[in-house]
Amino acid sequence: MDALLQALVNGLLSGSLIAVPAVGFTALFAILRYPSFAVAGYVSVGAFAGWWVNTRFGLGAAPALVMAFIAGGLSGLACEMGALRRLMPSGALTVSIASIAVNLVLENILRFVFGNDLRGFDLPILPDLQWGGVFIGVQQLWNLALAVAVVAAVFGFLMFTRFGRAMRAVADNPDLARLKGIDPRRIAAIAVVLGAGLAGAGGVLLGLDTSIDPMTGYRVLLSVFAAAVLGGLGSVPGAVVGALVLGLAEELALLAVPATYRTAVGFAAILLILTFRPRGLLGEKAV
Amino acid sequence: MLSYLLFSVTIGGIYALLALALNLAWGGAGLVNLGLAGFFGIGAYATALATGAGLPVALGLGIAMLAGVLAGLAITGATLRLRDDYLAIVTLGFGEIVRLVALNERWLTNGADGLSGIVAPFKAQLGVQGFNQGSALAVTALVLLVWWLLRRLDASPFGRALRAVREDQELAAFAGKPVLRLKFQAFALSAALAGLAGALYAHTQSYISPDHFQPLITIYIFLAVTAGGLGRPLGALLGAYAVVIFLEGTRFLAALVPGIEPVQVAALREALVGLSLLLVLHFRPRGLLPERIPPAPKALP
Repeated sequence: MDALLQALVNGLLSGSLIAVPAVGFTALFAILRYPSFAVAGYVSVGAFAGWWVNTRFGLGAAPALVMAFIAGGLSGLACEMGALRRLMPSGALTVSIASIAVNLVLENILRFVFGNDLRGFDLPILPDLQWGGVFIGVQQLWNLALAVAVVAAVFGFLMFTRFGRAMRAVADNPDLARLKGIDPRRIAAIAVVLGAGLAGAGGVLLGLDTSIDPMTGYRVLLSVFAAAVLGGLGSVPGAVVGALVLGLAEELALLAVPATYRTAVGFAAILLILTFRPRGLLGEKAV
Repeated sequence: MLSYLLFSVTIGGIYALLALALNLAWGGAGLVNLGLAGFFGIGAYATALATGAGLPVALGLGIAMLAGVLAGLAITGATLRLRDDYLAIVTLGFGEIVRLVALNERWLTNGADGLSGIVAPFKAQLGVQGFNQGSALAVTALVLLVWWLLRRLDASPFGRALRAVREDQELAAFAGKPVLRLKFQAFALSAALAGLAGALYAHTQSYISPDHFQPLITIYIFLAVTAGGLGRPLGALLGAYAVVIFLEGTRFLAALVPGIEPVQVAALREALVGLSLLLVLHFRPRGLLPERIPPAPKALP
C-alpha cells in the first residue's frame, strides 16, 4: 500500500517536471506545425545556463529558472531564425530532420565547453519529509511548486494577454488569423521564445531533481514526446495532463519492471495512444 | 594502413546499404525512419544469436532481414495511417528501445559487454588479412547488387506507385493505388535492408555491443542520403562513402588543432556532422546527384 502511494507521489512529482518542456514542445508544434527535436538541445542549454548562474553567482533556483528560460528562448530564436525557418517550404519533415541536426550542434557546443561530466546544482541539501510510510523530498516539493508556477504563468499568458490570444488564434486557424491582421512571423517568433524558453526552464527543473550533462535534454526527449502525444500534439492543457499521466504510468510500471526500462514506458504509451486514440487525450485530429 | 583502408571500405559498404535502405523508405515513399540504427542493431543481434546457436551464416542473414521486417511492421502498424511526423517520433523512440533492451537483457545480449566471437565465415581458411579483403569485397559486391535491384525497383510499377504516394497520397489513392499497403511494403523492405546491413556488420567485425548502434549512426545516414541526392539510389550509395571519408578525415583534422581535449575533439566532430547536414539542407537540398524524374509520356492527340 505504501509502495503504491509512494509511486503515485513520485509519479506526480516527476510528471510535473516533464510537463514544463512538454508544454514548450507542444506550443512549438501548435504554431510551427513540425515536431522539433531541437527541444532536447534547448533543455540542455537552459540547464547549463541555470547551473552557471547558480554555481557562479550563488543564485537560487528561481533566478536560475529565469536565466534558463532566457537562454533557452534565445537559443531557440537563433536556431529557428538562422537554421530552420528557411527550410519551411520544403515541408515539415525536412524541418524536423534539420532540427535533429540543430540538436546535435547545440549538444556538442555544450560538450565542447563543459565536457561530459555530471554537474549538480549548488543548493542546501534538504531533508525528506515523512508522511505515514511515504517519503517526499523538500527539494522535490519546491520543484513541484516551481513547475506549477511556470505552467500557471504560461496559461495566464495564453489566456489573458494579446500575444497569447493571437498565438491561440494562429494555432487554431493560421489563415483566418492572418486575415484578422495577426502577423504570423511575429507570432512564430514569440512561440519559439516561449516554447524553447519553457524547454530551457524544464532543463533546470530536471537538473535540480538530479544532475545535468550535455545529454540531459536528449535523455528526456522521448518522455517529452510521449507527454505531448498522450495529451494530443499541439494541445497545451493536453501536454500537462499527458505529462502527469506519463509520470504516474512510469512510476507504477516500475513496481513491475526494472528501473532501467523507464523510457520504454514512454514509448509504450506513444504506441498505445496512437493505436487507440491518435488524437491524444485532449488533442485535434491526427490523420 | 592497408587493413585500415579495408576496414573503411567495409564500413562504407555497410553505411551504403543503410543509406539505400533509408532512401527506399524516405526517398521512395516519403517515410522517415529515425530509428534506422535500431533496425541495424536488430539485424546484427539476430544473426549473432542465430549463428551463435549453430545456424549457418546464410540463414543468419535471412533471419536478420526477417527480424528487421517484423520489428518494422510491429512499430509502424499503428502509425503509418497517421501524419508523417508521428512516424518520426515513433521510430526515434524505437531506436532508443532497441539499445535499452540490448543493454539490459543480459541473458540474451550480454548487456553493455556485447557479444564477441561472432562467426566470421572462412576466417580460418583465409587468415586475418585475407578475411578483411574478402569482407571488403563481399560487402561491396552485395552493395552493388542491392543498388542494381533498387534501381530496377525504382523503374518498376511498384517504384512509380511509391513515388505517387510520396508526392500526393490522396491523388494516388484516387488513382486506385493501395496507399497503405505500399507504405507498409516500402517500410518493411527498407527495414529488411537495414537488418541485412546489421548482419554484415556483425559477421565482418565479430563483435557487437549496444554502443555500436548509437542514434548518431542514423544521423550519418541521413547526411549521406541528403548529400547524395534523396530519391536516387546512386546518390545514397556515393553519399555513404563520402560520409565515411568525411568522418575519417575529421579524425585527422582534429589532430591538427592543438591543445584540445579528446572529449572536445569528439564534440567538434559531431558538431561538424550536424552542421554539414544543415548546410546540405540549406544549399544543396536535392543533393549532389538530384533525383531524375522521367518526363511524362506525351498525350496522344
